[in-house]
Amino acid sequence: MLTLLLLFIPLIASPLCAVISRDKVKYFALVVSLLQLAATVYAFTLFKSDIANQFGVNYWWIQSLGIAFKAGFDGISILMVALTNFLLPLIILSSFRNENENPKAFYGLILFMQFALVGVFTALDGFLFYVFWELALIPIYFICLMWGGKDKVRITLKFFIYTLAGSLLMLVGLIYLYLQTPGIHTFDIQAFYNLTLTPEAQGWLFWAFFIAFAIKIPIFPLHTWQPDTYTDAPTQGTMLLSGIMLKMGLYGMIRWMLPIVPIGISEWGHFAMILCVISIVYSSLMAFVQKDFKRLIAYSSIAHVGLIAAGILSLNIQGLQGAMIQMLSHGVNVVGMFFIVDIIQRKMKTRNLSELGGLANNSPIFTILFMIVLLASIALPLTNGFVGEFLLLNGIYQYNAWIAACAGLTVILGSVYMLRAYQAIMLGEPNAKYAEFTGLSKIEKIILVSIVSVIFITGIYPKPIFIVAQPALEDILVHIKDIY
Amino acid sequence: MNALIVLACLGIVAMMSEVLGFKKFLLPIVALGLVSVIGLFVMDWNTAIRYYNDMLYFDNYAIAFSAMVTVLTALWLIMSKEYFISTSSKAEHAALILFCLTGAIVMISYSDLSMLFIGIEILSISLYVLAASNKNDLRSNEAGLKYFLMGAFATGFLLFGITLIYGASGSFNLQEIANYISTNSGHLPMFVYAGVLLMLVGLLFKVSAAPFHFWAPDVYEGSPTLVTAFMSTVVKTAAFAAFYRLFATCFSDLSGWWGETIAFVAALTMLVGNVLAVMQQNFKRMLAYSSIAHAGYMLMAIVAMSHVSAGAIFLYTTAYSVASLGAFACLHTLGANNNEKIINLKGLIAKQPLNAGLLCLAMLSLAGIPPLAGFFAKYYLFYGVIQSGYLWLVMVAVLSSLIGVYYYFRVIYTMFLPREEEDGVLPQISGSHKILLTIAAILSLLMGIFPGILQGLL
Repeated sequence: MLTLLLLFIPLIASPLCAVISRDKVKYFALVVSLLQLAATVYAFTLFKSDIANQFGVNYWWIQSLGIAFKAGFDGISILMVALTNFLLPLIILSSFRNENENPKAFYGLILFMQFALVGVFTALDGFLFYVFWELALIPIYFICLMWGGKDKVRITLKFFIYTLAGSLLMLVGLIYLYLQTPGIHTFDIQAFYNLTLTPEAQGWLFWAFFIAFAIKIPIFPLHTWQPDTYTDAPTQGTMLLSGIMLKMGLYGMIRWMLPIVPIGISEWGHFAMILCVISIVYSSLMAFVQKDFKRLIAYSSIAHVGLIAAGILSLNIQGLQGAMIQMLSHGVNVVGMFFIVDIIQRKMKTRNLSELGGLANNSPIFTILFMIVLLASIALPLTNGFVGEFLLLNGIYQYNAWIAACAGLTVILGSVYMLRAYQAIMLGEPNAKYAEFTGLSKIEKIILVSIVSVIFITGIYPKPIFIVAQPALEDILVHIKDIY
Repeated sequence: MNALIVLACLGIVAMMSEVLGFKKFLLPIVALGLVSVIGLFVMDWNTAIRYYNDMLYFDNYAIAFSAMVTVLTALWLIMSKEYFISTSSKAEHAALILFCLTGAIVMISYSDLSMLFIGIEILSISLYVLAASNKNDLRSNEAGLKYFLMGAFATGFLLFGITLIYGASGSFNLQEIANYISTNSGHLPMFVYAGVLLMLVGLLFKVSAAPFHFWAPDVYEGSPTLVTAFMSTVVKTAAFAAFYRLFATCFSDLSGWWGETIAFVAALTMLVGNVLAVMQQNFKRMLAYSSIAHAGYMLMAIVAMSHVSAGAIFLYTTAYSVASLGAFACLHTLGANNNEKIINLKGLIAKQPLNAGLLCLAMLSLAGIPPLAGFFAKYYLFYGVIQSGYLWLVMVAVLSSLIGVYYYFRVIYTMFLPREEEDGVLPQISGSHKILLTIAAILSLLMGIFPGILQGLL
């Protein structure tokens, strides 16, 4: 029942935004998201990591076609839902100073997005998963379209068609799997896990799923929508996209790809892995030459998630554990980063690195918090980024030392472009306009401090996350071990 | 069957209203009549009776489709309220529409090729007149003439085909033709194949499938918007119901022979319709091409010929027609001052947010985005086609759906653009049009979230 609660709090709240007055709607959205966070915390207290499908619900949706409303939690799901519901209040809070023309629609869409995201991470029926997967696309499209930058129409349409292309391929794959299930066909994930598919079919299915997920993640060469969309979207849209939505692709790989097409992965996984490595190196180099700070973060995000995808494809427990923890860390860090971009942009009216400089003089607190988020994203020990990247590289090394060596470049290149950007913004000669950069407001402090504390907590003591995720990840690996 | 009689009488009553002078009450009478027709159809459910020596056969398939076209006509009537008030010849309009509907129901429920022909003719002849009914408008005249010439041509093909089939089997009856084909399979005379081919061409003309689609955009654009809305929903649904019935009962044994052909036509239709729709600046013409593209999707169900095909066509035509009616309701108001450009939608979200949201839902349904009706219909269709092994056709459909998103979303984002001074005044979508738009959006949403309601029928 808790699953239903977590799904329906945002779903019911979303249309209610339309009837609440313009000034109050942001507080309403915040309260709802905090309520949702409280429900998530409550779920954690009841959660037992060694049982699959907890708080499960299972109703027929279209019985004659074997389509069910089946959802539930295991270790992977609950961590992803926790990430979503932790970030949502921060994202809503970060928008408090925006002067929105239409706040009702804005917060309604954000809460609807939350509903769809929780749905994606808990669905245990292929059809339901697909519906939620697509459903998440609609609010973010409108958020980007209504509050985006000046080239929004072209960019958001490209983004939508790109992701829909992948999704439809996945739909064909899901229907194929559905038709393979014995007896009365079903979309149940367990039935999919139990299928024995021919290697040839698995090869095709691998591509159908991998392309869908690779577009969302994104992985080279399917990433071209991402920098434009991230740069042009409103800050909250970028946070939703980079912090949570791209995790849908990574989550999909773990839950819907690895256990279903293990032979397909053994055949093509190496190729996909090489794409991930290209993605890492290419986007790091691209980040290096960016002048727009937001675009730089967008490229660095491609590098980080490329590493996570490579860790997942390494098919060992270290890689998967690393992927889990890094998904959480990346979500938190990248939201922090984009919030910092937003603060700079709001105060300085520019994001161009060459026009900034010397901001450290004015706001020591901001300088420190920015530094910590930045160090976390370049994986310094004691921050959350280190734990994840260490495990990921460990997992990839077990798979292939050369690939690990290339993927490891992300750590070096990452620190180069990140520190360079930090230097350009915070240090050096004060810019003429630097006096406009005033101290942080209370809300900004709350957001950055909560992000920084999560960075340290997971960086110093990540064990609870491992314990929660371990049994679920082992379940996933069982399906793969049969093959090797 | 009773429903059909009531409907034909209703048409005659509508004609009489001019003479007997109760024109004022025409709209309530027609509305009441349609509701009672729907009621009669519902009462006939699960009876499956053959009428008049098996000329008409009201099985559940026919009843479901007949009830659906009647419901669509009733919905259409909401939008056309003004049509019945302002124009001088409203009695004729009402009668012609009712005869169209009668023809559509005969087409759906035929069990005999002669009835198919009669149904098509009743429908078409009324439509030729309706297409040209805006007699002071050159485009409307052009549409009527074009439709008439092309339609006559297509009917000719159909009739040749029927003749050849009759020549071989000695019967017009669907069941007897099917028996003839199955008993003589392997040594059928060549002209049976020619007959099937000619009938196929005739029907492809009627459903505006590529490469027989050239008449459709001009006719759709030229006809009065209300007639276009009727043509692209009710008429299309009836044409597909007739098409499927013919090929499923009569020619299913030959499916190995025509399957590939229709598959090719379907693929071509989807691509041509969608690609050309992308290039349109005119909303009405875009909807015309989109209607061609959707015909391609529906043809896929005929290709699949699986146990879900009938249900898939039913769901798809319903989802498509409902969403289209919503779009046409907007078009009808916005195009009031002859400005049917898509760009004329600029600023709709700021001026009329609710209407814009509802139009968004209709567009998303047409584009096949979950959780709207269009998505489930498309899923169900793909499911049937993949099951029958036409994976390549589904891939073409996927590709063309993506192209489709491009132009449906152009409508959506245009509403979000700011409206400038030179764009003129945005007409208010209100009254009956708003009601229809709301109903269309709500139905699209409901059928998407609870698709089981309609999916279980056939």
